[in-house]
Amino acid sequence: MEFVRNGDEIFPDLRVNIGSLELKNPVMTASGTFGYAREFENLMNLHRLGAVIVKGISLAPRSGNPPPRIVETACGMLNAIGLQNVGVERFIKEKMVYLQGLQIPVIVNILGDSIDEYQEITERLSGVKGIAAIEVNISCPNVKKGGVAFGTQAHMAKAVTEAVKMKSSVPVMVKLSPNVTDIAEMARAVEDGGADSVSLINTLIGMAIDLESRRPKLANVIGGLSGPAIKPVALRMVYQVAKAVSIPVIGIGGIDSTEDALEFMLAGASAVQIGTANFINPRVSEDIVEGMHRYVIDHNLSSIRELIGALEVK
Amino acid sequence: MTQYQEKAKITRFEQLSENIVRLTLYSPDIAAATKPGQFVMIKAGKGKDPLLRRPFSVHQTTSDGHLQILFKVVGRGTDMLARRKEGEEISVFGPLGKGYKIEKSKPACLVGGGLGIAPLLLLAKSISRMKMDTSKDVIILGGRSADEIKALVKDFKQFGIKVLVATDDGSLGHHGFVTDVMKNTRLADDSVVYTCGPEMMMMAVKNICAIKGLQCQVSIESVMACGMGACLGCTKHTKDNRYVHVCLDGPVFNAEDLKWNL
Repeated sequence: MEFVRNGDEIFPDLRVNIGSLELKNPVMTASGTFGYAREFENLMNLHRLGAVIVKGISLAPRSGNPPPRIVETACGMLNAIGLQNVGVERFIKEKMVYLQGLQIPVIVNILGDSIDEYQEITERLSGVKGIAAIEVNISCPNVKKGGVAFGTQAHMAKAVTEAVKMKSSVPVMVKLSPNVTDIAEMARAVEDGGADSVSLINTLIGMAIDLESRRPKLANVIGGLSGPAIKPVALRMVYQVAKAVSIPVIGIGGIDSTEDALEFMLAGASAVQIGTANFINPRVSEDIVEGMHRYVIDHNLSSIRELIGALEVK
Repeated sequence: MTQYQEKAKITRFEQLSENIVRLTLYSPDIAAATKPGQFVMIKAGKGKDPLLRRPFSVHQTTSDGHLQILFKVVGRGTDMLARRKEGEEISVFGPLGKGYKIEKSKPACLVGGGLGIAPLLLLAKSISRMKMDTSKDVIILGGRSADEIKALVKDFKQFGIKVLVATDDGSLGHHGFVTDVMKNTRLADDSVVYTCGPEMMMMAVKNICAIKGLQCQVSIESVMACGMGACLGCTKHTKDNRYVHVCLDGPVFNAEDLKWNL
């Protein structure tokens, strides 16, 4: 399905705004599930995406955790990849050229062990052409210090956000951890820190055990749970956060269909990220965009934006 | 390298033994693009549980658009797949990974154990077509019993390459391991060994190759979520302690590049 231009109107209108960033549709691919986009170029039309979020980048390259790194669980999977990535210099040199050629916004996910590191990566990225926004990962569960203190303590989350904002030339999205007592408090903290938007949820910490060997199934013992199993939790958290902050909220967690995505929008998300579903159907994000086109037409909406936060509780 | 996602119709269902199944799928794009040792990702069921696709090495392809996979029922995914019927469609995605590098001018020795035999059939066909002379080539197949591998041995014999067999219980061929057969077989000094099977077996094959000074290519199995380099879940250690990914860097590796610590 193609955009049909009707005068100055784009129909069906799937555009959404994440602060100053306008997306042609609300569908992004989640960091760590879509490589550096090129991996998917033969399997879908990348230009149909609202935005692409690339694998988390650290200051220095990281080799990640020992295997086994993944295990399937009921309606989901646990991963403990350990933030394997090429590091910011190689990312700019080897991966950005391809990404710059894409006609869609590229959002770079960053992570660090200290505020200085977050700031240094941001500084390094801020001169680079073709980056539409930065997503700050303060919530990966799989690496010691790997942002986890930042993701679970409100004052630290705020401090990282302020530090990144200070150096960033593009909008800053902060990705929140669900492994906290009150995610709305974390969202308010990063909003106070100047975040332009929040994305949630990252994975829920879980584990799996092999009864025969009496060992954990992951070498890292614990890992992050993702997939359809976490969708209800994610939906609830998006709902709570959307009520708590005034910046745009991006919904993530177990989305693998248009219906799932639209439920997150009703709960208050301005856009969504597709994660684990990319592994099962590499074309799923494009399919969801097509489903949104049909939904907007079938339901006579003037824009998909009508759905954002339109949940009727009573 | 081009990959495809196809809805493939099951055109033939074969129960080769109590728990070994061979599926023939009509999957023309993938079948035409597949090289020996490459794999496909298949969605076993229809719903969200089990969630992930399963990797299967391609067992055989035909020029009329069919591809085969061979598997043993070991868990929920394979059990579900073994219950699918002829005429049903399943989602197949591939071909993926780097397969065997066929050395056209050197004698080939294929060593397969158990379900590791699967990718060797396509390899044997390719070798028989690419090489002028296969008189020095040998295929060594092993399994628990005659029941497990009898049907497969017949398929390998059609390429005119010498086939030797070993079974754990002695019910077919040599009573013992494929590595016994390998040790007792005169292999040319420049032979290339292509192997797939349980890791213990492949390590033994690799050790024999190291002693005889033979090049050895191994096909590695791994749990994986995506099969295409996005999840970074299927890591293996190299001998110098770096990580490689089975889906992108493999599944076929030079045996000496990997770390073997079983």
